[in-house]
Amino acid sequence: MDSGRRRFLKIAGISALGLGIKPVVDALEANGQPEELRSPKALVGQRWAMVVDLRKACPDNCTECIDACHRVHNVPDFGNPKDEVKWIWNQPFGDAFPGQEHEYLEESLRDRPTIVLCNHCDNPPCVRVCPTKATYKREDDGIVMMDYHRCIGCRFCMAACPFGARSLNWRDPRPFIKELNREFPTRTKGVVEKCTFCEERLANGLIPACVEACKEKVLVFGDLKDPRSEVRELLGSHYTIRRRPELGTLPQVYYIV
Amino acid sequence: MYNAGKILFGLIIFFCISTFPFWYNAVSGKAAVAPELKLITKEKQCIESTPYMRSNHMELLVLWRDSVVREGNRVYVNSAGKQYTMSLQNTCMSCHSNKSEFCDRCHTYLAVEPDCWNCHIEPKEKT
Repeated sequence: MDSGRRRFLKIAGISALGLGIKPVVDALEANGQPEELRSPKALVGQRWAMVVDLRKACPDNCTECIDACHRVHNVPDFGNPKDEVKWIWNQPFGDAFPGQEHEYLEESLRDRPTIVLCNHCDNPPCVRVCPTKATYKREDDGIVMMDYHRCIGCRFCMAACPFGARSLNWRDPRPFIKELNREFPTRTKGVVEKCTFCEERLANGLIPACVEACKEKVLVFGDLKDPRSEVRELLGSHYTIRRRPELGTLPQVYYIV
Repeated sequence: MYNAGKILFGLIIFFCISTFPFWYNAVSGKAAVAPELKLITKEKQCIESTPYMRSNHMELLVLWRDSVVREGNRVYVNSAGKQYTMSLQNTCMSCHSNKSEFCDRCHTYLAVEPDCWNCHIEPKEKT
């Protein structure tokens, strides 16, 4: 039996050595393995949101925020309201807040265009209806994203969104873009598009284009989960309303009136 | 075999017709030549090795697409540890700026039509 024990010990030893080598080999292998990382410049937030201060006037029908957004994102201008594609736009107060307007509404609000955009809802109905998950909510920062690669143009999301924040490209948008931003893609015919809170700019450490373009500071952007952020400060010190809260979509664009 | 002569004759005709493209090209000397690619760039090395890129660039682009859009990553670390921004339009095309002489030549030869360019903007080419 002596030789049997010797053999057993030899095999056990070699096996143990083999097991010990495996992690080393794995580590060496992993060294040359390509990987994808977040940009170190990226702005990090847990719940991005926007505050629109309607008490501040937009002088001379200023549309800097709209122009900046549509320029940066290659949003086409078809020149007719039926085909219109928009990411951020102006609406009369009564249309933006149905039920909140009345005959004797203060003039500054009644005459003032209300800036509206995708609300990046906490409970987004567009995401629920999308059959391809082309639109989805990013769990780490709450942005309701669009993956244009997956969009099949079924327009369920447009029907589901109570804010009209989504537009379909009925035609090829390329010829209708005044000046191409060559760093950003366009969309194609049959794809739905909308505001993405400038996630491509956030990833590069920039705030959204509309907020940057607004000289009057009507638009404020920030992280709701950060108690010292500008949006939290504004929300904590002012009365704010949201668009159509009764629908339960939990919009994350707040309005100071 | 009945009618052996006719059957064999028919078979020979069938064989000739079915192999027509091969012998026609061989005889006329017009066989399709593999496309020649031209590349204007100062870089010596693509983000991964040339054989890898040649056979896997489409998979890499799909990986980049999903990683950027779905996971929010922007930086690609290649097998040599060098970092690149994951962007077809801004990273790939900054070197491969002559799309018609690089991308298109092979794609046309192989009759593949990638629909990247329906949305992503092609670089302006100096002609």
